[in-house]
Amino acid sequence: MSTETRDILQSAADWQAAGRKVALATVVSTWGSAPRPAGSQLAIAENGDFVGSVSGGCVEGAVVAEALEIMRSGTPKQLDFGVSNDEAWEVGLACGGKISVFVERLE
Amino acid sequence: MKRELLDRLLADRAAQRTVVVATHLASGDQRLIHPGDADPLAAEAALAIQSDKPRTVETADGDVFLNVFNPPLRMIIVGAVHIAQALAPMAAMTGYDVTIVDPRQAWATPERFPDIRILDAWPDEALAELKPDHRTAIVTLTHDPKLDDPALQAALSSDAFYIGSLGSRGTHAKRIQRLETAGFDESHHSRIHGPVGLNIGAKSPAEIAVSIMGQVTATLRGAAA
Repeated sequence: MSTETRDILQSAADWQAAGRKVALATVVSTWGSAPRPAGSQLAIAENGDFVGSVSGGCVEGAVVAEALEIMRSGTPKQLDFGVSNDEAWEVGLACGGKISVFVERLE
Repeated sequence: MKRELLDRLLADRAAQRTVVVATHLASGDQRLIHPGDADPLAAEAALAIQSDKPRTVETADGDVFLNVFNPPLRMIIVGAVHIAQALAPMAAMTGYDVTIVDPRQAWATPERFPDIRILDAWPDEALAELKPDHRTAIVTLTHDPKLDDPALQAALSSDAFYIGSLGSRGTHAKRIQRLETAGFDESHHSRIHGPVGLNIGAKSPAEIAVSIMGQVTATLRGAAA
C-alpha cells in the first residue's frame, strides 16, 4: 500500500472523528488506458473536501457530486465512466479508457 | 464501509500486516481477509496479495471486489550522503518505507534526514536485521568498498527486486572483481545496476536521485531499464 493510500484512509477516519460525513470512492475495474489502476481511492468529506484520486482529474468532480448524495442516502453505488469520442465535454475520460468506481458512505 | 472495519484496516496498516478488503459490490457488505484466514475467497485473496493487484471475483452471490493492502515497498539506502538526502524523501513520496544505513554518525543525523529512519550500523548487520525481500530495493551510495561491499554481498544473497550501486564504470568494474573474488559470479552480480540510475545526464544530487528513482520504478513495473 502506498503512502498515498494510507493518507486517504487516515483522512477519512480523521474527518469522521471530527463529526463530518465521509464517503469513499474506489476504482474497482478499468478498461483500456485508464489513468489510475483498480484499487485507487478518493475520500470525500461533506463540505466537498477530497484527497486521493480515481482518475487524472477527469471524473473526480462527478464522483464528489455522487458521493454527497450517497452520504445522505447511505446506499452504495457503482459508477461507470468512459468516453466514446474526444468531442465529449461532459464527464468522461479524455484518455479513452473506461473505469468503474464504487462509492460508499463511511458508516 | 463501517467505521469499525476502517479502524481494523488502519491498525493492520500501522502494524504493516497484509490485508484484503472484500466488498460485495451490490450490497456494499465488507469483510477483511488476512493471509491464512479461513474464508471462502481465501485462495482468490492470496492471488491478489501475491500479484499486489486488486481483482473482482464472480461468486454465486454476485461480484466481490478484493482490494489488496500490502505493507509498503521498502528502500534501503546505504550511505547518508548528499544524494541520499534527495533520494530518501523522493522514495518516501513514491510510497517506499525508507531506511538509511550508515555507521558514520557524523553523516547519519536526523538533521540531515528529517522523518527518515536511520540505522547507524554496519551495512551487513543492518541488512541482516532488515531482511530485505522481493518488495525491497537496495541502493548503495558510499562508493567506499568498506561500506558498499558488505551491503552488496548481503543484497545479492536476498530477493531484493532492485540493487543499485553508485560509482563510475571504473569503480563498478573493480567492485565486480572484488565480488567475484568473494565468490559471486556473473549470474549474481549482473543483478546490480551500476553505474546506478537511468542515463538522463543527471549531474546534481537531486537529478541523480531522479535517475535512480526512475530505474527503481522501471524495474518494479517490468519496463526496460
